[in-house]
This record gives sequence, C-alpha cells and structure tokens, in this order.
Amino acid sequence: MSDIFWLIPFVPALSALILAVFGTKLPKKYISYQACGAVLISFGISIISFIGLLQTPQQNYPLVKNLFTWIHAGLFKANLSLQFDPLSAVMALVVSLVGFLIHVYSVGYMAEDKGYSRYFTYLNLFTFSMLLLVMASNIVLMFVGWEGVGLCSYLLIGFWFEKHSAATAGKKAFLVNRIGDAAFLLGILFIFIHIGSGEFTAIHQAVGGGAVTQGVATLIAILLFIGATGKSAQIPLYVWLPDAMEGPTPVSALIHAATMVTAGVYMVSRLNSLYAFSAAAAEIVALVGALTAVYAATMALVQNDIKRVLAYSTISQIGYMFIGCGVGAYTAGMFHLYTHAFFKSLLFLAAGSVMHALSGELDMKKMGGLKKYLPLTYPTFLVGAIAIAGVPFFSGFFSKDAILTSAFAKGEYFIWALGIAGAVLTAFYIFRLIFLTFHGKERMKPQVKEHIHESPPVMTIPLIILAFFSFGAGYIGLPAVLGQKLNVFNQFLKLGGHEAHISMGIEWLLILISIAVAFTGIFLAYMFYILKPYVPSMMASKYPRLYKVLYNKYYVDEFYNAAFVNSTIKGSELIYNHFDLKVIDGAVNGTASSTNFSGKILSYFQSGLIKDYALVFLLGVVIFIGYLLF
Amino acid sequence: MTFPLLSLITFLPLAGSVLLIFIPKEKRASLLYLALIFSLITFIVSLFLFFNFNGHTADPQFVEKAPWIGYGINYHIGIDGISLFLILLTTFLFPIAILSSWNYIQSRVKEYLIFILMLETGIIGVFVSLNLFLFYVFWEAMLIPMYFLIGTWGGPRRIYATLKFVLFTMLGSLLMLVAIFSLYSLYFKASGTYSFNIFDFHNLMLSSNMQIWLFLAFALAFAIKVPMFPFHTWLPDAHVQAPTAGSVILAAVLLKMGAYGFLRFALPIFPQAVEKFLPLLAILSLIGIIYGGLMALIQKDAKSLVAYSSVSHMGLIMLAVFSLNLESIEGAIYQMINHGLSTGALFLCVGILYERAHTRLIKDFGGVSKQMPVFAAFFLICILSSVGLPGLNGFVGEILCIFGVFKANQVLAILGVSTVILAAGYLLWMYQRIMHGPLEKKKILSFKDMNIREIIYFVPIIIMMFWLGIYPQMFLRKMDVSVQHLLNQMAQKEKILTQNPKDPSIKNQLIPKSLEKEHHKNKKKEEKTL
Repeated sequence: MSDIFWLIPFVPALSALILAVFGTKLPKKYISYQACGAVLISFGISIISFIGLLQTPQQNYPLVKNLFTWIHAGLFKANLSLQFDPLSAVMALVVSLVGFLIHVYSVGYMAEDKGYSRYFTYLNLFTFSMLLLVMASNIVLMFVGWEGVGLCSYLLIGFWFEKHSAATAGKKAFLVNRIGDAAFLLGILFIFIHIGSGEFTAIHQAVGGGAVTQGVATLIAILLFIGATGKSAQIPLYVWLPDAMEGPTPVSALIHAATMVTAGVYMVSRLNSLYAFSAAAAEIVALVGALTAVYAATMALVQNDIKRVLAYSTISQIGYMFIGCGVGAYTAGMFHLYTHAFFKSLLFLAAGSVMHALSGELDMKKMGGLKKYLPLTYPTFLVGAIAIAGVPFFSGFFSKDAILTSAFAKGEYFIWALGIAGAVLTAFYIFRLIFLTFHGKERMKPQVKEHIHESPPVMTIPLIILAFFSFGAGYIGLPAVLGQKLNVFNQFLKLGGHEAHISMGIEWLLILISIAVAFTGIFLAYMFYILKPYVPSMMASKYPRLYKVLYNKYYVDEFYNAAFVNSTIKGSELIYNHFDLKVIDGAVNGTASSTNFSGKILSYFQSGLIKDYALVFLLGVVIFIGYLLF
Repeated sequence: MTFPLLSLITFLPLAGSVLLIFIPKEKRASLLYLALIFSLITFIVSLFLFFNFNGHTADPQFVEKAPWIGYGINYHIGIDGISLFLILLTTFLFPIAILSSWNYIQSRVKEYLIFILMLETGIIGVFVSLNLFLFYVFWEAMLIPMYFLIGTWGGPRRIYATLKFVLFTMLGSLLMLVAIFSLYSLYFKASGTYSFNIFDFHNLMLSSNMQIWLFLAFALAFAIKVPMFPFHTWLPDAHVQAPTAGSVILAAVLLKMGAYGFLRFALPIFPQAVEKFLPLLAILSLIGIIYGGLMALIQKDAKSLVAYSSVSHMGLIMLAVFSLNLESIEGAIYQMINHGLSTGALFLCVGILYERAHTRLIKDFGGVSKQMPVFAAFFLICILSSVGLPGLNGFVGEILCIFGVFKANQVLAILGVSTVILAAGYLLWMYQRIMHGPLEKKKILSFKDMNIREIIYFVPIIIMMFWLGIYPQMFLRKMDVSVQHLLNQMAQKEKILTQNPKDPSIKNQLIPKSLEKEHHKNKKKEEKTL
C-alpha cells in the first residue's frame, strides 16, 4: 500500500479541476463536500503511506514514483516524479491535516460569499501545489509547486478583487515572490550545470561525494535561499506578507501555517547536505532568520490590526525556523514548522472567528472584553497564544527551545541572544493582543455589540481540534535532557547536520531562561494593558518617533516603492518618450518622410476596389517575375 | 510519386480564396463558413504531418520536387523538425483567426477572407520551401495580403502603420534578395551548376569575408522581421492598427519567420560570420528582452503593451538561438510555439474587450472580472502562460532557453532571467487595471461575457497551453535530430576553417566529398544515439 503515496497531491488537483470547470453550476453543499473530502482523502492516503513508510526498511528511503519524463532536452532533464520519505511524510501530514481543517472552517466562513466555488477551486489548487512542492523528487518539479503556491496566494489574496487594496496586495505578493523565484531559477540552473541532475538524491550524492566545490555550493545555496526569503517572507522580501491579510481570513491561516511560507524552511531542510556543506550559506541563513525574528516582532508590538499582528508574528516565527536550519539543527527547524502550523492556523482562524462575531471588525482598539461573548473562541485563542509565547508544556515551548538550545550549543551566542530577545517580544505582543481583544473595557460600537455571536460549530470544531494539537503536538519532540529516546520526531526525521551537545546543567539553564523570558513578556503585557492601560499611549507620546517608525513598519514599503517600483516606471517612461519615440522611431520617420512621395502613391492605390487590387497584384507579380528572368 | 500532402496543405487555403471569389459578397454567412471550412481542413490535413513525421532522421520529409522556371529555380518543398511545428502553429491558428473575425469585420468581408486565406498559403509556403528562390517568392507574396489586411481593416492610423511595416520589411528583403543572388552565383562558380537548393548552399564553404557581407544582408531582413532591437518600432504601430486576426497572425506566426530564417539560412550557411557577430547579436537580443519589458510596463494601450511584450519574448528566443546549443535551440523553437499561442491568445483577449468597449486604453477599463467571469479565467490563463508559470507551456520553453543561454554565457542568462520578473510585472499590472478594482465605468455594465463562438475558439488554445506545459515530450522528441544536425553542420564548417586558418584555398568552395562522407557517418551515429 505504500506505493499509492503519489496520489496525495493529485486528489485535490482533480477536485480543483472539476470545480474550475463545473463549479458555478454545482450546489454549494456538493462543492463543500467535494473540496473538503478531497483534502481529507489526501490526509488519509498520507497516513496510510506514513504507516507504509514505517514498515519499509530505511535503506529503501526515499520511495520514488516516477510518472513520466517531463522536460528533456540535451543535458536538461526533469521527471514528473514524486518521493516519500520522513521529511515529505511530515510535511504531507501537516499540510493535509491543517489544510483540511481550514477547508472545513471555510465552509462556515465563506457561506454567504458569491464566489463560493471559485474560492474552493483556489483552496484545492493551493493544497495541491503545496503537496506537490513537498513531495517532488527533483528541484524542477519542486519549482512547479513553488510557483504554484505563489499563484494561489495571488488568486486568494486578491479574492475580493473589487477592492483595490486586495487586488494590489495579490499582485504585490506575486511580484515579490517572483523576485525570489528568479534567484531560485538561477540556483536550479547552477545545479544542472555543476551536478547535472535536479534529483535530490543526486544532489546529495554530488555534495557528499565532493563533486562540487565549496564556492559553487555556497552560490547555489544562497541563490535558493533568496528564493526562500521571498516565499517564506524573510528580510528583505517579507513585504508581501503583512498585506496578504487582504484575503479571506482562512486563506491567511493557510498561507501562514500550512502552505506557502513554510516552503522555504522545507527547501533548506530538503537540501540540508548542501547547507551543511557550505558553512557560509548556513551562517547567512541563521543570521537572516535571527534578524527577521526580532525585526518582525518589533513591528508586531504596535499594530492595532489583529491580523497584522499575527502576520508579523508569522514572519518572526519563520525566522526562528531558519535559525534552526542555519545552525544545522534541521530537525529543530522542522519541528518548529510543525508545531507552528497548528498554533498559527489556530490563531488566525480564531481571529477570523472574532471578526465574524464583530461584523468584520479588525481594529483591536474597537474590541475589548470579548471573553464573555465568545466562550469557545476565547479559550482556543488563549491556547494558541500560550503555545506561541513559549510557556512550558505547550507545543511552541518545546520547538522554540530546541532551536535556541541548538544555536547556543553551536556557539552562536549572538544568534541565541537575538532569539531570546525575539521570544520576549513574542510573548509580549501576543498577550497584548489577547488583553486588548478579550479583556478590559468593551470598546465596540453599540450596533456591533448587539450582533456579537459565537461562530457556528463548523468553525469552532476546527478551532478545538487545532487547540488540542497546539497543546499536545510538542510531546513527540521532548528536549534531550529528559532522555534522547524520547525525541521521536528527531529519530524519525534523521536529517543530516550535526547537533552539538552540551552538558545537562547548561541545557537546564537554557530551559529556565526560556521560561523566564516567556513569563516576562506575558507579565509586561499584563502590566501595560490590564494594570496600567494608560502606559502604552503615554509611551507612544513620549517617544513619538520610535512609535511612528514601528507603526509605519520602518517605512520599508515606501522605500521599496520609491527605489524600485517608481524609479523603474519613471525611467521607462523617460526612455519611451525620449528614446523609443524620438530617437529610434524618429530616425524611421525621418527616412519615411523623405520618401513621402512613395507613400502618396501607395495610398493612392488604396481605392478599395478589389479589381484594382487584383490588377496591381498581377502587375506586381509580372514585373517581379520579369525582373528575375532578366 | 507519393501523395503531395505538403502541396495540398500549402495551397488549400489559396484554393479556398479562389473559390470565395465566385460567391456573391452579400452572402456573408456562406463566405465565412467556407473560409472557416477551408482553414479547418487545412489544419486537419496538417495533423497527418505531425503523426507521420519521422523524428529519427534529419533529412527533409514529405519532399516534393518539380521543375519550375529552370536555372535552379525549382518547386522544391519539404519539412524537418524545425519547420514542422511552425506549420502546425500556422494551420492551428488560422481557423481561430477567422472565428475571431466573425463579427469584428463588418465591411468587405469577402475581400477580407480572401486575403486571410492567401496569407495562410504565403506563410506555409515560407516554412516549407527548400528552394531559396521559392522561399523568397513566398516571403514577399505574404506581405501583400498582410498589407491590405492592416491597411483596409485597420484602425485610424492604419496607412501610417502599413507603410512603416512594408517599408521596413522591404528594406530587409531587398538586401536579402541581393544576397540570395550572390549566393547563387557563388555556388555556380564553385560547382558549375545552377542551384537555389538550400542544402546545396549548406555545403557551400564561403570565405570569411564573403560570409560577413552576405550574413549581414540576411540578418538584417530577419532581424527586422523578429523584430530585434532597434528595428522594433514598426511592430507596436502595426499591431495597434491591425484588426484582431491580423495581430494574432502577425505576432504568432509572422515574427517567427525571422527566427526561422536565422535557423534555416543564416546559421548553417554563414557560421563564421555568426561567430563573429555573436556578441553583438546576443547583446541586441538581451537589450530586446529588458527594453521590451520596460516599454511594455508603461504602455497605455493594451495592444501596444502586448506588442512590446512580444519584443521582450522574441528577445529571449533570439538569445537562445544565438547560444548555439541543443538545449537553447530546442528551447527557442518550443518558445516560438508558446509565444505564438500565448501572445496570439492575448491579442484575442484584447480583441474581445475591444469589441465590447471600442477602446483599448487600459484606463478605460476596471472591474471587468465581475461582469465577465469566464473571460477573466481565460485571460488569466493566457497571461500566466506568457509569464512562464510552470505547468503551462511558457515555462518549458523558457527554462530550456535560459538553461541553454546559461550554458553558453552565464552573465547573459543571469541578466536574461530578469524577464521572469518583468513579464509578471507588466502583464499582471495590466490585468489588475483592466479586470480588477471597483466597477466604476458605466459602460462596462453592458459587457456580455464570452459567447459560444468565442469560447469555442479559445478552448483549443487553452488545452494546448496545458498539453505543451505538462507533456512536452511529444513535441521535443521530434526536434532532436534536426537541431543536432544543424549544430553539426555549423561545427563541421568550423572545423574546416580552424584546421587551416590561413589557407587561401578555402574560398567559396564546396565542402570536400571526403568530409561529407564523414558527415554522413556522423549523421547515422546521431540518429542511432537519439
């Protein structure tokens, strides 16, 4: 039964195709069953294949299913072939499970939307692209999924295209991603030139066997990582993600948790031998990750839009995953990806539930005290917040701790310190969000307040399931101090890279620091937003510049627009008006006007009578043939 | 003699146009259906070429040869793996072009259809000719219907546009004609026989000096046709003024003649000259990619935008052609088909919008998606195909082109990759401004979504986009031997010259027979290995 794994991505693809062609004619109920059912089937096949994988002897990893030769010319060869190994299995399980829950939630969330079938077509397509990305056995096919998720994010962020902001945000996502993709494409070309194959097994062999030099490996690794900064929203290409919340909220959950942004982390883990081989590239990955983790967290501190806070939080959390990958702890990075998928989708869906209750309100300044109105949303939201804040016994604690411990163990103290700083900020901003939304004074408008209601079960049940995982998902990867054997996740994944060991004492110390940091952040948020709610506005007026810079996201969008977008357009207009029209075309027209005479004759011929045309034609042919025959 | 399949395909449309003459011009429907049927039959017959094409030999297939005027001027036609797909692209697009003109052309339908069918014969003739003289006849003949199509059924500035188009093309063609006759006389001097046969010219070894002059004449004609920077300014004007079908044919097929000319004549006959001008040609192509993309970004007219995007895309194709390796040239041929489909389809999209709005200015639109959801989907697929999204046709050609260029010169490839970003920029921005945003213009509320006729001609294009994107093997494998053969031809001439670089005896002679034998042996080997 383990050879059916290749069907995993294609079930949602088939569903998307059916919905794309017939969607508008199908009843809503059928659309919901088919779209959700397809992803559930994928999840089912993932479980069966996962069990099959466990029973397969490890020397047979990865299982490969080659469907057919896709592109082949000369040295360039890419197959349509899928593979299944522990890394792909983890991703397939997470993507299909979280994806399924988001599909179900969407049935409730999008119930009234006119574009219902279009929405589920895109959602299925998104799931397909991501599953293809994580199961491709070569980098070219991976690129198909890579671009596919980019496309789907474009379609879904711009889902409500009548809104200018939504259409613009969708386009921005696609374009920023494309910049990364161009670098990724170059990386693929270097791989083919130097390794001669895009198959992951061949790349691992070539890197392991010393077929590529350190310099080439670094170049490839950095090019691919530039692609990852686009897809996974890291410095400097993160700018599309905060705007991505223009799409329907379940889409944000899908983009931020299960699909899309995790692609970069998966790619680095997939090519771990490459990044392990190139110390320089790994260092860059870790550094970019650490800087992004802190940088994005600072912007999350002052946002008032509930989804924007979560968006910056995603950028920051992905940064942690890259720290893990960069310091060689690929399993720790993947572990955080896995726990983050649950608690971040939970946070987004719960935020969606809040919006749903408040007739679409996003501004936290117009919320407050919602605890008593939303008896299911509040506790599930809280579980997500506790998990991301890094409170012990919840999933986020174990994974974040694994990353920071590895960074410390590798001697990357600076990166570890950045990670700790980010952790304080994380705990602070997420509890700021909780306190502003669910506690304190009720600041809703009266007419909104009348309509507050808890979401229907089709939306709350996914929240409860995700809350369960957000709490418990971490127990398959317990810290080494509790016993090496307990980390099932590590033992299953067995990704390359060496994890440095440190003494028990230091490890306990690091854990204690992590715990202290989490509680400090929460306590600060409690003090600022519950005990002394006047403090934040006081601080904002005391340090207006700092507040403004943070609130306006360091003006990076403005800078990019001025430096790249507007200058390109202005420059092109200049060239068009002064060079294309005047110089090149001017030369042409100059020649033409000097032969104006012939033009007059030609236009005279245009009498519009077919017999004239025929005559001229005949005459021309006769003259022509006569001329040739002398 | 076998059945003259190729002649049938070439002249069926012409027969159709002759038949149309006898139908009274009031019978609009009969005229349209007759033209459609002729173009459809031509397409169906051309499918036999595809299925019976032998991909294991570099020799021309479906060859027909008959004496014509004498002195080497023969009726000699045949196809290989390079021309096959351009012919199929032509026969595939003509029924679509006719369907797209169904309501668009209101005046003088009869003449319009006659010219369209004449144009088809002319274009196919260019791709099948194996006699250089015959090639030139078709090359020029095809200009006439195109001239009238734009000049009669075009927009307000059609006279200016046609004049520019014709003058540009004539300038190149005349120089090419001189070069053709020079080749003819050089061949006569070397061999003592008259010939316009392309393969005879392939065996002609020219001195470097002679190669340079003749190459420049050919290259100018082809570069104008492509068009390569800086000979591109006729294109936006011609496109903007041409009726939709004219734009489709112009972009999809006519431009390919330039690239085809380089592959068929310029590269194998003048390899040393190509070598010499390679840096210049490659840089002009690269400028075309970036320049065309930047110009497309700021166009206010949707058609003009697509026209500049053509300059950019053709730049990549030419860059791939000049990279001179198997991957790049197969990529270039593949990309020619892709560009034909996607740009042709984009012009159809603009045409569909124009029929409803009677404007092509981007600012006159906004929020059309809401009114035309089916069209929105088709339009988006065409854009994604043009952008080179994996899974659709554009990606396969693009990655092979870029890979081939990369093999030849990494810097050019790295700069050329900018097309990936630029194309997404100008096309998605255009799509956003036309299709998305609030529906503010009242006129748009009256837009009807695509009708059955429009869907019928669009669906085959969309199917081909997916097919070419997902299973390119069927097409690529038919090119291998022909492309390899072309490269070997070039390498062989190269070898003769490098072996005796200063030998004055190498002057406008035939390739020695001994080498030719070796060449044949190589050819057999290629065929076996591929």
